[in-house]
Amino acid sequence: MSPERCPLRITCPICGSRDRREFYYQGAALALDRPDPDAGAAAWDDYLHLRDNVAGEIEELWSHDAGCGAWLKVVRNVATHEVRDVTLVREGRK
Amino acid sequence: MRFSGLKLLTEGLTGNKGWGPHWRDPEPKPEYDIVLVGGGGHGLATAHYLASVHGLTNVAVLEKGYLGGGNVGRNTTIVRANYMLPGNSEFYSHSLKLWEGLEEDLNFNVMHSQRGIINLVHSDGQRDAFVRRGNMMRGQGDDAEMLTPEGVRDMLPMIDFDQTRFPIFGGLYHKRGGTARHDAVAWGFARSASDRGVDLIQNCEVTGIDVEGGAVRGVQTTRGPIRAKKVGLVAAGRSSQVAAMAGLRLPIESHVLQAFVTEGVKPCLDHVVTYGMGHFYISQSDKGGLVFGGDLDMYASYAARGNLPLVEHVAEAAMTLMPSLGKARVLRSWGGIMDMTPDGSFIIDRTDIDGLFVNCGWCYGGFKATPASGHTFAHLLATGQPHETTVRHRLDRFRAGRVMDEEATGSQHNLH
Repeated sequence: MSPERCPLRITCPICGSRDRREFYYQGAALALDRPDPDAGAAAWDDYLHLRDNVAGEIEELWSHDAGCGAWLKVVRNVATHEVRDVTLVREGRK
Repeated sequence: MRFSGLKLLTEGLTGNKGWGPHWRDPEPKPEYDIVLVGGGGHGLATAHYLASVHGLTNVAVLEKGYLGGGNVGRNTTIVRANYMLPGNSEFYSHSLKLWEGLEEDLNFNVMHSQRGIINLVHSDGQRDAFVRRGNMMRGQGDDAEMLTPEGVRDMLPMIDFDQTRFPIFGGLYHKRGGTARHDAVAWGFARSASDRGVDLIQNCEVTGIDVEGGAVRGVQTTRGPIRAKKVGLVAAGRSSQVAAMAGLRLPIESHVLQAFVTEGVKPCLDHVVTYGMGHFYISQSDKGGLVFGGDLDMYASYAARGNLPLVEHVAEAAMTLMPSLGKARVLRSWGGIMDMTPDGSFIIDRTDIDGLFVNCGWCYGGFKATPASGHTFAHLLATGQPHETTVRHRLDRFRAGRVMDEEATGSQHNLH
């Protein structure tokens, strides 16, 4: 199994390939689309609680807690654990 | 076929040649009053109670694999009623009472064993929290008592009392808690439902849900379309995919939970023991295997297999609590798909689509709920009104802010 397919390792763009134990999992990357404070209950319910929860590729947020501390957007297949892409959240927010 | 002592004796003396299949294997009919999607413990229990309590037998249970092949066939089998929140407390109390009469109700031995559950206490603060929980359990009419360290030592001589990290301060003892044989629960409900006329249809995957004018009309399956007046979704870890066929998004993230069993050893552990400081719990099966588990792997997963960091964590907790466990060889481990809600409590409710109902969000605690889940979901399907023990378990409770956060850790995903 290549490091990219191994669920134990995520390649941090800053630190390189690291063990899963160095990362904190935040869940689906919805957090990057935070609604306005007055967007209404439905928008906040969507953001906080409702999930597509597909059995395939999803975008999610991981924090490299025990490494550089960067927030990462990871594209991962939750059925196979294949990690297809890892980018720094801050670079996606230009 | 009814089981009885005489029947067992006769069959035993005549080579056990008279046993037949325990349920029918019917072809799906074109239409039913109620279709249940999911032939696991909760779906089969729902079918049983629809037939036995409400007299509704024009019902089909559709299962994409085989009956009881999901989490009801692979779990750590614990049955308890030690919840605290209004709503959960009533519900699990109701469930435990159904467990206590289940074997008689089903005429099937589910090996329900009320061996008692001991939640170990490791600090003064934890003792206060457990005293409060115990009082609330007693307030609900269930049983709870606090054990002193000596009391725990009498009951659990094999645990390490001198550990320096988390010394044992006592325990919360829930005497009516225990275990049951998980497969038998699915089989018992299946047999009863089938006997009463419910069609249990295996190898039948639902591929679509037909909705017209805001009302459900039936389902599309790999064995053809089936019309239905009402459809109940009882698909556990796969709930989101099934609900998506009706255009619904659920407040669920699916995670993996691992569990482990050792080779059979002589009886050494009489109770279910939880070791909260290490996210660890253990009991001994009737076959002798030590069955234990820990926390979620803590990331979304449909892989039905776990990760080594959690194996290591569970093994560390096991060795801290019961060093003698190190001598036992692990026979197998498995990972189940858990339908996690943001607040850690389940959902039994109607949806905005007429005739479409959901039963999901059991997190990692669905097994003990099996009878009451079926009983209350059947009540909702049959009467259109939630059972008195599930009035708070609404689908819209997150939006409404009426969450049921038993752990008090917050109501967002990956906090439970």
